[in-house]
Amino acid sequence: MEASSKTSIFVGAIFLVVLAVVPVALFYAGEIFWIDIFTRLVILAIAGTSLYLLLGVAGLPSFGHAAYLGLGAYAVGIPVHYATMGGAEWLASYNGWWQFSLAILVSALFALVTGAISLRTRGVHFIMITMAFSQMIYYALISLEEYGADDGLSVYSPSEFPPLLLDNPIHLYGICFGSLLLVLYVVHRLQHSRFGRVLQAAKQNETRVLASGVNPFKYRLLAYVMAGVIAGYAGALMANFSLFISPDMVEWSRSGELMFMIILGGSQHILGPLVGSSLFILLEFVLSRWSIYWHLPFGIILLLVVLFGRGGIIGMLRRDKQS
Amino acid sequence: MDIVLLITQAVNGLQLGVLLFLLSAGLTLTFGIMDLINLAHASFYMLGAFFGATVAIYTGSFTLGFFAAIIGVLIVAWVIEKGIISQLYTRDHLDQLLATFGLILIADTLVHMIWGPAGLAIALPPLLQGQVALGGVTLPSYRILIIGVGLLVALGLYWLVNHTRTGMLIRAGASNRRMLGNLGVDVGSLFAAVFCMGAALAGVAGILITPITEASIGMGNDIIITAFVVVIIGGIGSIKGAFVAAIIIGMIDTFGRAFLDQIFMMIMPAETAETAAPAVSAMLIYLLMAIILSLRPAGLFPPKLR
Amino acid sequence: MKKLAVALLASASLCTTAMAADDAIQVGFVTTLTTGGAVIGNDMRDAVNLALDHMDNTMGGKPVTVLFEDDGFKPATGKQATDKLIKEDNVDIIAGYIWSHVLMASYRSALKADKVIISANAGPSAIAGKLCDPNFFSTSWQNDQTPMALGELLNARDVKSLYLMAPNYAAGKDMVAGVERTFKGEIIGKDLTKWGADAQLDFSAELAKAKASGAEGLAVFYPGKAGGAFIKQYQQAGLADTMPLYTMFTVDALSLPKLQEANMTGILGSEMSMFWSPEMDNPANQKFVAGFREKYGRYPSFYAAQSYDAMNLIKSAADALDGDFSSTSAVRYELAKANFDSIRGDFEFGNNHMPIQNFYARKVVEDADGNWTTEITKTVFEKHQDTYAASCSM
Repeated sequence: MEASSKTSIFVGAIFLVVLAVVPVALFYAGEIFWIDIFTRLVILAIAGTSLYLLLGVAGLPSFGHAAYLGLGAYAVGIPVHYATMGGAEWLASYNGWWQFSLAILVSALFALVTGAISLRTRGVHFIMITMAFSQMIYYALISLEEYGADDGLSVYSPSEFPPLLLDNPIHLYGICFGSLLLVLYVVHRLQHSRFGRVLQAAKQNETRVLASGVNPFKYRLLAYVMAGVIAGYAGALMANFSLFISPDMVEWSRSGELMFMIILGGSQHILGPLVGSSLFILLEFVLSRWSIYWHLPFGIILLLVVLFGRGGIIGMLRRDKQS
Repeated sequence: MDIVLLITQAVNGLQLGVLLFLLSAGLTLTFGIMDLINLAHASFYMLGAFFGATVAIYTGSFTLGFFAAIIGVLIVAWVIEKGIISQLYTRDHLDQLLATFGLILIADTLVHMIWGPAGLAIALPPLLQGQVALGGVTLPSYRILIIGVGLLVALGLYWLVNHTRTGMLIRAGASNRRMLGNLGVDVGSLFAAVFCMGAALAGVAGILITPITEASIGMGNDIIITAFVVVIIGGIGSIKGAFVAAIIIGMIDTFGRAFLDQIFMMIMPAETAETAAPAVSAMLIYLLMAIILSLRPAGLFPPKLR
Repeated sequence: MKKLAVALLASASLCTTAMAADDAIQVGFVTTLTTGGAVIGNDMRDAVNLALDHMDNTMGGKPVTVLFEDDGFKPATGKQATDKLIKEDNVDIIAGYIWSHVLMASYRSALKADKVIISANAGPSAIAGKLCDPNFFSTSWQNDQTPMALGELLNARDVKSLYLMAPNYAAGKDMVAGVERTFKGEIIGKDLTKWGADAQLDFSAELAKAKASGAEGLAVFYPGKAGGAFIKQYQQAGLADTMPLYTMFTVDALSLPKLQEANMTGILGSEMSMFWSPEMDNPANQKFVAGFREKYGRYPSFYAAQSYDAMNLIKSAADALDGDFSSTSAVRYELAKANFDSIRGDFEFGNNHMPIQNFYARKVVEDADGNWTTEITKTVFEKHQDTYAASCSM
């Protein structure tokens, strides 16, 4: 166990160094396309890590996590829309602090309300009810003509955080990467705090936790809200990255993709989402250039990982080390 | 309100519900008995449509196409069950989701490679192309046929589950999985049989819808989520629950589309109602599921003794 | 995990940018090549390849290559494809775009990089109006024009009451609004149906309402596979004899062969509004349609026609500049002249770079060989310009 966790730290460190150096180096070497790929990867990893808090730590498989990405993104897009087009003075702003606070607040509220209802259910029912709530957001966004409805909304100008310029790819990547490090650290600390131990204990055996006089519901709800807030934050970054938002971000298959990234990387390790999203994007990148039929090998790989690699990529690597 | 229109819409709702039932019957059984979340159920629906349409176009006979859909899907389902699905029964739900999502991608791409992106359209036999008038209500005869087939299947399943030995095992499995092994049942064969039967029913739904819409890539991915909603609302593993929930959802969806805008216009300006009604009617089934789950976390008819 | 990191690095260093050779013109073409939407994308790609054949793969004396990218029917994927074409392949010009939301997502990427972007289909009102840009051109139409022509056609056909149906998304609402703007009779019913990933394809409830309304005409907008599904159900519900159908972007060369296969005779004789029809009598169109039918054995759709025009528009600029695309302002100056033979005959750009063109009524007919196609019955608008051009400050 000791050896294995040391290797994890070592390998994780290499991974993070690669993420810190490679895209920036490529950018200054004139390969400006790569930083886009890495930025998307890192934002997805942040969202994935927030889902890990639910899925891996608390054992709560949310199938509606993309809703928070959407809420966070619209919390940036809508103030910019008004600031550009006029109207709703109380909301309109290019100010990043205002937009990101809004993203966090809205995500927290939505998580609090839907979490309080969803957490009454377990297992498959939890999967389905979280999906139901995110589908409601999806259909709500589709009907909001003011914000482009199905056609989505252009974000005319990125969030302003002077002196940082979010339309500078290096600055944006720096913020995203720094956020990823922070989120990894916070989730790691949470997992090893009393809070995290209660969540994990409740995941193993709920009755025992109840018997010891602790009500896991409150802990789970708090975890649910935290995960929502982090994902909402990732959504706000996503709006700044793609400068375009649409209800498509919230559709159920997006939530599915997030979940698949985690399972692919390993749902029982904090670096699982990062590894998973890296592999997901790498596969998509390499295979989609090879053929328009790239979903075939992609599907086969997903299948093989499940059939022969329990615990995702990280699970496979760990077993190699132990044997 | 116009009574003829009301009856017409009720029949339309019934037809949608029956189709959803065909699709969710297999889902709820595999879910309840094998504890398997099978997203790839959507692919059987699609394959049923493509197999059936291909044979129907080639032979000119819709009936032959119908049976080809069943046989084709049975074969594919059996191969997949033996090769892949049987290894997933003991895995957790997340692994099952990922693996069956992989299967969907594979099936969609193979269909694209074999049949091209255009999809297949088939003609109905002349007998079914027209309408029938039932006491002032005129309905497309083909939709009546769908309702008939669906109700027959429902009756057949009811008989199978409640009056046969296999049915007893299925009921036993849905309420207490471990008991099956203790009874000395060949669990592997039972699981394979239930899986293939469910897949074939999805295939039937697929070929039945093809003359109305068409066989197209990913057609099942659109409707599978609704089928899951049916399963959850009805109670996992309950055929009766799936039937009731499918009809409820068929009705709610149809009536929502048909009358919600008029209802909204009574309480809000016409322009707001026009935008709000389609959004709300699309949300209705999810709203229903959220409400039912928050009141009855195991659905309407959960099998007892779980 | 180390292996993974190595793989990541290796693939990063392997993929060195293919610099655009100075002696070739590179065109990026973004369309839908996967999912059911690939039917449209393939038709567009075929038309582009036919255009390349017809110009011997040269423009302005230089060889041309077209890089096709798939948008997967998703705005995010379409934007990534556009970014790739700009930043990695460094193409000279970008074209394509079936869907409004994919175009909207990709629009800013192209403008930011100062590339010219040509829509071969999507024509959202925002880009025609407030967000118009000198670098944008369209070889199709603005969304509202075709429905406005349909409204006018309905007036000419003396339709007094109308039932309207469209999917519930931006383009669907544009279509409804367009018809409402010009139609003088009464709209006695309107349905916006669910669209998106789980789009509604069963229209029984709406058709029952339409039937009960007793309207004199039924006007619909259902692009792609929803169109075929709708028409089948229209006939199965027995409406073909009682309520004439008028369509926008619903019946085209992609859906007609399938409708014919399914023996949906109810569609014969139904009318639609459109800027073009395969039998139009001008040399460019004759060459295009004959070439397309010879090469691919089917009628081209309007998507194909627009894509063919897009390639010839690019060629006109390349010819004028001797293949030198280094100055975007020069390229756009030449493009704005629209100095090429369009398949629709007369063609010019308005101030917002949307075409000013005629709109016709087309009717579904059976041709001499027994194939179902369309032919023009009447000119509805002459030299029509979209209404958003006024709010474009260009």
